[in-house]
Amino acid sequence: MSALDVGTAFLESTVRTATPLALAALGECVSERAGVINIGLEGSIIAGALGGTVAAGIVGVGGGFVAGAVAGMAIAALFAWFTVGMRADQIITGTAITLFALGLTGTLYRSVFGAAGVALTTPTAGTFTIPGLASIPLIGPAFFSQPVVTYVAMTFAVVLAWWMRRTHAGLALRAIGEYPEAAVAAGIAPRRIQALAVLFAGAMAGLAGATLVLAQAGTFVEGMSAGRGFIAIAIVVLGRWQPLGVAGAALLFGAANSLQTLFQSMGWSGIPYQLFLALPYVLTLLVLAGASGRSAAPAALGKRI
Amino acid sequence: MNHPVEGSTTGSTTVAARVPGQASAGLRQAGLAAGQVVMLLAMGLFLLAALLVATGHPVIPALTALFRGAFGSWYAITSATLVRMIPLGFAGLAVALAFRAGVLNVGAEGQLLVGAAAATALALPLQNTSPLLAIPLMIVGGAAAGGVWAMIAGVLRLRFGVLEVISTIMLNFIALNLTGWLVRGPLQEPQRVNPQSASLPASLQLPVLLDGTRLHAGVMMLPVVAVALWWWLFHTASGFRVRAVGANVRAAESAGEIRVARTLLLVFLLSGLLAGLGGAVEYLGITYALYENFSPGYGYTAIAVALLARLHPVGVLATALLFGALEAGANAMQRDAGVPSVVVSVVEAVLILLVVAVDRWRARTSDSAGAMSGTTSGATPGAAA
Repeated sequence: MSALDVGTAFLESTVRTATPLALAALGECVSERAGVINIGLEGSIIAGALGGTVAAGIVGVGGGFVAGAVAGMAIAALFAWFTVGMRADQIITGTAITLFALGLTGTLYRSVFGAAGVALTTPTAGTFTIPGLASIPLIGPAFFSQPVVTYVAMTFAVVLAWWMRRTHAGLALRAIGEYPEAAVAAGIAPRRIQALAVLFAGAMAGLAGATLVLAQAGTFVEGMSAGRGFIAIAIVVLGRWQPLGVAGAALLFGAANSLQTLFQSMGWSGIPYQLFLALPYVLTLLVLAGASGRSAAPAALGKRI
Repeated sequence: MNHPVEGSTTGSTTVAARVPGQASAGLRQAGLAAGQVVMLLAMGLFLLAALLVATGHPVIPALTALFRGAFGSWYAITSATLVRMIPLGFAGLAVALAFRAGVLNVGAEGQLLVGAAAATALALPLQNTSPLLAIPLMIVGGAAAGGVWAMIAGVLRLRFGVLEVISTIMLNFIALNLTGWLVRGPLQEPQRVNPQSASLPASLQLPVLLDGTRLHAGVMMLPVVAVALWWWLFHTASGFRVRAVGANVRAAESAGEIRVARTLLLVFLLSGLLAGLGGAVEYLGITYALYENFSPGYGYTAIAVALLARLHPVGVLATALLFGALEAGANAMQRDAGVPSVVVSVVEAVLILLVVAVDRWRARTSDSAGAMSGTTSGATPGAAA
């Protein structure tokens, strides 16, 4: 393999692994901008993965993505009921929601598809190649020859950036996260907007889960969310609560994930693969530690209204 | 916000660098009434039955298997339920202590694993020494490793303002991969066949208390540790400081008598010590080897154990027994009735949510709402009551 081939493969893998992270993190970014931190994101991702798996088998890949988003939203609705409805503690609720979804998906999967270990294959999304652009060396395959869901994530990053800055609704959302008292005084209904933001984050996380199955693994594995919900929360911090920054941060994590393939293709196989598996989590810690001292967080994040 | 560990933690606005809030304030009411516990249990069982119906499993045989597996025989009680109570108890104490101080340590799982790994690593150099020396050393080493692992999150929180909820979960995944590497690398058995450590020599194992069972000496350590923790929390000055920080960090700071950062760091350390102790004792008393699936999620179940005990160390003994029974029963249910054992984590999660809901309901209906949900606006992503 030439250096160009290695670089091309590395970039392609980076974008592919960044896609579900970006989707989940963009949703969480909206939720946090409204002042709600959802540790239960992991639960929405795993629900989306199972929902996507089941639906894809019945109605095909497109329906699988939709079902994944719906499943993720359903889990987030439970979270919203507690945190926004009852004003329960966001962290404890989120932890319970993640436990709930991991247990429920495991139960359903084993009940429906028999004992664990039976590999269940689903149809997967093909790549959609943008003619012309895809033949650009190095970056072509990475950015212009991906499954449709990757373009969806890119679009969301741009649209959300515009929406937050330039629309009345986006302003209202940010106002609640920054200065709820003023938002209420201005006639904004904070809890309704918070609930909607949480539901949106759940749908995006569910879409991320469906992506894991339908655009990558081609099968459901128990616990396959593997902490991505928490990594997404770190990505939001690294992206400084800005949609475009979040997309960039997701790419960084995708790159960390793809280092393994890069090193293998370079023939550095002496490094234990668990080291690479642990890398995104280590990176998360480093990023969060490095991001300290910057007050980009919504001022009322996690606060009771 | 790079304040030194000794510094104050107020006045920051980064998400990560919030003052520890009253995350647990609403969950610190002294004890659920017995009637409420029964209600919760009934709800849990009802939910389990509903899940069984929904997933097409016969309810009665499954529930029968659950009870048999937990309490159906002397062997079930001693060698399934009580044996599982021990790691759940230690990890539950770890979580209870942390939550009480407003430290949301969700990392008991990783701390437990690291504790087991450290005890395993010590087994080889100590194999020719006296058990009287080796066993305490392995236990202390395991606990210390768990403490160090938790301290990473503590330093990240106090020095860099990283939310411990996220950092401890990341450390769980790192610990899992670390274990995976150890049992295929430095700690792998000499035969190099399976990804597991060498078996612990019989002389270094924790003694079995009752012949013909798996019940080991750890079952006597757990109540001692729990009572000691209770004594420390409620009858000493430093224990009071921990509770004061958890109850109201602002007041604790402005009282000027309490070094909040130092207290919190101590909580991280002790919490990790307890979880690491659980891992070491599990290795010395039950598994006698380290392998990747060493813990079936004890550290996560521990959150439910601690919350249902209202974060009370002695209460943890009761809830750990309950969850030990639930997990033992779940295994029997899977074995005898073909019901996936993961179903119990749904029940656990719902029990946590029920406790939260009961708390919120109380807060709304009682006049002392302020005392419970922490009306002080500690700007924590946790104080969002």
